[in-house]
Amino acid sequence: MKTFPSGGIHPPENKLTAEMAIASLPAPESVTIPVSQHIGAPATIIVNKGDYVKTGQIIATSKGFVSSNIHSSVSGKVNKTDTVIDTTGYKQTAVFIDVEGDEWIETIDRSDEIVSEIKLSSDEIIEKCLESGIVGLGGATFPSHIKLKVPAGKKCDFLIINGVECEPFLTSDYRLMVEKGEEILIGVTILMKALGVDKAMFGIENNKPAAIKHLTELSKKFKGISIHALKVKYPQGAEKQLIKALINREVPAGHLPVDVGAVVHNAGTAFAVYEAVQKNKPLFERVVTITGKTMTRPGNFLVRTGTPVRKLIEAAGGLPADTGKIVNGGPMMGKAINNIDVPVVKGTSGIILFPANESERAEINPCIRCARCISVCALKLEPFLLMTLSEKNMFERAEQEGITNCMECGSCSYSCPAGRPILDYVRLGKATVNRLAQERKMQQTATN
Amino acid sequence: MSSTILITIISLSLLALISAVILYFVAQKFKISEDARIDEVQAILPAANCGGCGFAGCRNFAEALVQAETFDGLNCPVGGAEAMGLAAKILGKVAPFVDPLTAVLLCNGTPEFRPRTSIYNGASDCRISHNLYIGETDCSYGCLGNGDCVRACTFDAMYMNNATELPVITDDKCVACGACVKACPRNLIELRKKAKKERKLYVACSNCDKGGPAKRACSVACTGCTKCLKVCEFGAITIENNLAYIDATKCTFCRKCVSECATSSIIEINFPSKKPKAEVLAESVNG
Repeated sequence: MKTFPSGGIHPPENKLTAEMAIASLPAPESVTIPVSQHIGAPATIIVNKGDYVKTGQIIATSKGFVSSNIHSSVSGKVNKTDTVIDTTGYKQTAVFIDVEGDEWIETIDRSDEIVSEIKLSSDEIIEKCLESGIVGLGGATFPSHIKLKVPAGKKCDFLIINGVECEPFLTSDYRLMVEKGEEILIGVTILMKALGVDKAMFGIENNKPAAIKHLTELSKKFKGISIHALKVKYPQGAEKQLIKALINREVPAGHLPVDVGAVVHNAGTAFAVYEAVQKNKPLFERVVTITGKTMTRPGNFLVRTGTPVRKLIEAAGGLPADTGKIVNGGPMMGKAINNIDVPVVKGTSGIILFPANESERAEINPCIRCARCISVCALKLEPFLLMTLSEKNMFERAEQEGITNCMECGSCSYSCPAGRPILDYVRLGKATVNRLAQERKMQQTATN
Repeated sequence: MSSTILITIISLSLLALISAVILYFVAQKFKISEDARIDEVQAILPAANCGGCGFAGCRNFAEALVQAETFDGLNCPVGGAEAMGLAAKILGKVAPFVDPLTAVLLCNGTPEFRPRTSIYNGASDCRISHNLYIGETDCSYGCLGNGDCVRACTFDAMYMNNATELPVITDDKCVACGACVKACPRNLIELRKKAKKERKLYVACSNCDKGGPAKRACSVACTGCTKCLKVCEFGAITIENNLAYIDATKCTFCRKCVSECATSSIIEINFPSKKPKAEVLAESVNG
């Protein structure tokens, strides 16, 4: 069975919510919709205080090349625009909407009927993705329309669909694949048309046999889509690792997947694309896994963006008394939130509640030179060295050692027997190196 | 037997002589002429190599002093006027008077004033927690309390106060080298003009948020209410980004702004306790 060759770890899977069907969470009384739910420039708000907006109406337009549209997830009156601390832990501008009823814009097809005929042309599909605010739903939230435009001079051979969901605990993609398999495969066909490729490979880790079986069954009806079971290993859901596992091509450091002829989209994104293109429905709700070992009713919920995490926790049986940490995203790459009123955004794949005794960080001890961090690094970096370089402010050397290639999967910190905060320092180094590079670029343009 | 010893001595002596002559000429040829005054100036510098002057070390600074035409913009904060005066004497120049500085922390967010809303238990490094999120409190400008500044101080002039969770600057040890200023990712340390008796009067806040959010995050936050600005007779106070700033070169320590500040964000250090007039009056009546 296929997998990527170098590095990787096997954290406990803990997929507690795998058999919980997706339930729809009703719209809350008020929502807070941040204008930056994607990588790139924040969107520009186009509604004013007191305006009445409908569900699915555009409230902020994309600004710049890498940006995305933001739509209202509810109908109601705009209360205010203000800053709010969102899931990133920083203050962001957000639109506050008081919910009144649930009136969707007329163009959205709300029927359950599956539309399989694709009427739009390639360019129209890309335009539709931009219009509907589709971003990568695997967690990185990169605007999808950019990935669909193959740059001139490059050729795309394969569309790769990421159904790996290698993060422990999370089951939102798995539930979508099991329940909305046909829609996802239509979405894949749409993406194939937009990219102009005739082969799509769907990678799923083999700890999800139901999804593999279901999609293999369905894929017989679709041309060019093949389903591949992959050996379980974290971080297989990372773009470069998945490409290596499926088509055995290595994306060189500093390059994009399209440079080796592949474009990767998440299974959840394929579903969002289906809804946008076939049903005219912009991206304003997503499946979120809410889970935790001490939760009474963990589950998978279809949640409107902007819903406070508090509502989600309430729907899952309330906040357990011993909660020590709440993580947005998966336990490996996710980030702890510091307030349960932060809104669910497009990139929220899961909310995990850890009991207090599991939230403590390990005691930090000196490095014992066991090199375990090096052996688990899927990108063949030397994490212990990168950590020390960041710690000692040696950022030029860190840059030479390839710190910016790190995808922050956290395998090094996870496997460190000395409990060293490797990823913490690597993140710091990466951010600083990127900032320094930016400054260098600015200086160069200033002198030229 | 004796001739063997003799031949050895003579041949080795000759070899030594020839080598010495070669070495002499090589040394002359590759001689680096260095201004002798550099050594002299270096000798009077404090040899702390702290970088407070903006140069890599004391030797580099001594070289810069010898090469400089005037001393403008060159100052050793550690050696102060004394060292600069001596250097000027050696080099036959005039050392302009530079106000001695001292470091102050522009945050007073103790747990009492600024409640903790989350717990950060990652690596104890301000740069990391600053990169990661807003911090343990709701104030995105305030001290993170992981002690980067304390670790940066090579003069042992700073320590963390465990009760206030803020760094403390020991005035008589601080030489204003500025290492802590560079270490703080939130730019919370300012070098201010040193006053008599180590007196300090400044706005201990860096919160640029509007009054409401600032005060919700921290009860001693500057809200930019402009009360201090109105009461100041010397034009020492300016307000920018909802934050007041007292110019140490204009401030006369009249302390009118201190009693005027609604959130007690202006703090005074090393001043004699001032009894409010009403109390003095009451005491005299009782007496």
